[in-house]
Amino acid sequence: MSIFYLLVFPGFLFLSALGLFMEYFDRKVYARMQNRVGPPWYQPLADIIKLVSKETIIPYDTNKKMFAALPVIALAAATTAIFYIPIWSSHALFSFTGDIIVVLYLLTIPTLTFFLAGWNSNSLFAGIGAVRNLTQLFSYEVPLYMGLLAPAFLASSWSLSEISQFYTTHPLLILLNIPAFIVCIIAVQGKLERVPFDIPDAETEIVAGSFTEYSGRYFAIFRMALDTELVVAATLLAAVFIPVFVANPFISFLIYLAKVFVIIFILAIFRSVMARIRMEQMVKFCWRYLAPLALAQIIINILIKGVLPL
Amino acid sequence: MRRYPGKIIKEAMGNLNSKAATNLYPAAPSIVTKGYRGKLNYNSKACTGCKLCVRDCPAKAIEIVNVGADGEKIFECHLDLGHCIFCGQCADVCPKKCLKVTNEFELATTDKSTLNINLKEV
Amino acid sequence: MMQKEVPIMGRVVVPIGTQHPALKEPASFILTLEGEKVVSAKAKLGYNHRGIEKACENRSYIQSLYIVERVCGICSHAHSTVYCEAVEELAGIEIPKRAKYLRTVVCELERLHSHLLWLGVAAHEIGFDTFFMYVWRDREKVMDILENFCGNRVNYGINTLGGVRRDLTPEIIEDIKNLCKLMDERLKIYTDLAMGDATLAGRLAKVGRLSKETAIQYGAVGPVARASGVAIDVRVNDPFAAYDEVKANIVVDDNCDVFGRVLVRVLEMVDSVRMLRFMMDNIPDGTISVKVPRKIPAGEVAHRVEAPRGEDAYFLASNGTEKPERIRMRAPTEANWHAIAHMLEGDYLADSPIIIAAIDPCYSCTDRAIQINDLNTGKQDILNWQQLKQYSINWHRENNGIDFAKLKIK
Repeated sequence: MSIFYLLVFPGFLFLSALGLFMEYFDRKVYARMQNRVGPPWYQPLADIIKLVSKETIIPYDTNKKMFAALPVIALAAATTAIFYIPIWSSHALFSFTGDIIVVLYLLTIPTLTFFLAGWNSNSLFAGIGAVRNLTQLFSYEVPLYMGLLAPAFLASSWSLSEISQFYTTHPLLILLNIPAFIVCIIAVQGKLERVPFDIPDAETEIVAGSFTEYSGRYFAIFRMALDTELVVAATLLAAVFIPVFVANPFISFLIYLAKVFVIIFILAIFRSVMARIRMEQMVKFCWRYLAPLALAQIIINILIKGVLPL
Repeated sequence: MRRYPGKIIKEAMGNLNSKAATNLYPAAPSIVTKGYRGKLNYNSKACTGCKLCVRDCPAKAIEIVNVGADGEKIFECHLDLGHCIFCGQCADVCPKKCLKVTNEFELATTDKSTLNINLKEV
Repeated sequence: MMQKEVPIMGRVVVPIGTQHPALKEPASFILTLEGEKVVSAKAKLGYNHRGIEKACENRSYIQSLYIVERVCGICSHAHSTVYCEAVEELAGIEIPKRAKYLRTVVCELERLHSHLLWLGVAAHEIGFDTFFMYVWRDREKVMDILENFCGNRVNYGINTLGGVRRDLTPEIIEDIKNLCKLMDERLKIYTDLAMGDATLAGRLAKVGRLSKETAIQYGAVGPVARASGVAIDVRVNDPFAAYDEVKANIVVDDNCDVFGRVLVRVLEMVDSVRMLRFMMDNIPDGTISVKVPRKIPAGEVAHRVEAPRGEDAYFLASNGTEKPERIRMRAPTEANWHAIAHMLEGDYLADSPIIIAAIDPCYSCTDRAIQINDLNTGKQDILNWQQLKQYSINWHRENNGIDFAKLKIK
């Protein structure tokens, strides 16, 4: 039974299908906002198939095993995180105390693999991209963690399933977490390395950043890992900030799909209307505006918890 | 004025349900204006074989060949589409106006030998 | 020979070029970085040399016109205009007034399309793809008018020796008037966006500084100089075509950085629209060309026009036959690119693409042949193709340790 969970639902096949479809949706919205036609629905799948069929070139002086293993680690880490997030009911597939921290760590592993991939590539542009990856990690990580832990404070629990249970029984308190939602959705744009925070992957400055030397199968796996990270991050935000579940699991699943669509639509709007900012501008922005806002949200939650009888 | 990011959002959201500015060529046809300089059109009967067009071509792409027998003058025009830069200077300088510029532009081919064509009147 | 530089700890040498997604044409900029800041920059050109000046010496004047037009795709009408005016001056011929006005109409349309192209490319370099798509969509309207009037979207062959080849029809005049109305609203939106969007201003302001004295010292021309406060414009200082009657305004800005260059180009577009409107109402009647003899009398002439990128200057020498003796083209980018190395130092790596793009480089215009003067021995030399190839192999072998002589190209 666990093989079914791992490979089909909600594991690898479900995440891959949903990831490819969400990439199509994101690219279509981006294109329509630019007054273009946009790609057809099978475009992300066609891209992966094309990449797999191309020649894989490994640079001269690198560690070949690490070069081949890093994409797989990124994909595996992003896929494992889905098991602890509630999708079709307010109980996730597996849950234990502290699993919100585990999910956040599992989502940080892909960023570390991007850094290692760039550093290992023995190439100039990849090295610069790798260093930018880490600097970006230092800027968005603290606001993202604080913003995601603020609802946890109010619910007095470190388990995602218990947080969902708490908010399902006290629905009005969801509105209290709106500043944290704003902080997290901006910080998630940084985690997924999309415009305006796509500094590690800036095409016109450092060719492709960490992925400059990746081609063929390994690049296809990295692309799958990026798509999976997109879906998992959207699911996490939906579970923590919009935990709306009903009794029937099928209808809950449809509501979950609607939530993911809305979050990815907002992320696509961010991508269309802004220019890419510089590294030091991003560090200043995250530490000057996002981190204090998340801190303020935590303080408000602690005060509310002390006042209301929960 | 106060600066804020994302100033273009109103126009971008308005574009979501508007007609796209690009078209899916070659599934949809590409329309060129009637003033476009494309392939040449040649009137063999009016040609006197003065070869002013050959002299003035910047790319040495055009040739006038006499295919008549026994001193008879029947001319053919051979054009190398690979060399032609579609400037229209040959049509300008022809004294009998037997070369005309049309707006046919879809001349690409995968076989290089088909680029040497014998211009006919259309 | 180049001196070997002692490597300093913590510094990385990054080549932007020869092939790079930020550059539209091959050029080589070698940056030395400390962290993200550029400490020193070196620029090398010459990858786009096609032998145009030599090709013109073997062709007649009317054939050379089409070769000269293809020096650059974006400012091709400027090159063709200066060539035609130079030859007409040598032949002592005055072209009709209507022809001058028609040449000016295409000059201003070309300025519009070139500045729109530049604005889109600059937006792409800073990662703002939405703005890029909008600007290029508006550029398509200008290209459609050029296609209908001149016959082609780039390399419009509207000029001929002695005038122009095609005439305006009433429907083209109507199209241009509609274009002016459209461009007025779109340019207002773009100006508001440039001034009011925080991410754009954050990337463009205080980047690539070039003070007024440095601009004059390096000999910058065009919008680069005008954005540093130097008020020069060939259309006003030395009018050509119909610019003595159609007055142009010099758009000057004091910002001295990339933001100033964006503002100068957008305001120049607004001015172009004003001039187009004026010309549509005031074109004189008459013929559109006169006949120019095939043999041009001997003489030398130097002439210049204002291309969208700056001052485009030509030197033409003729020896009384059908073929020109010597054409020397000095494109505006040749005057501007010396300032790039100066502007790159002191800014971040993330700013280098936009700084390089801000002078609107067109390396196809720039690469011409040079004559090598050895200052030590006073010997003058012109290297032919084989000697140049051998020189390049020796240079790379000694300085970079790479031996290209053994390279087999499949």
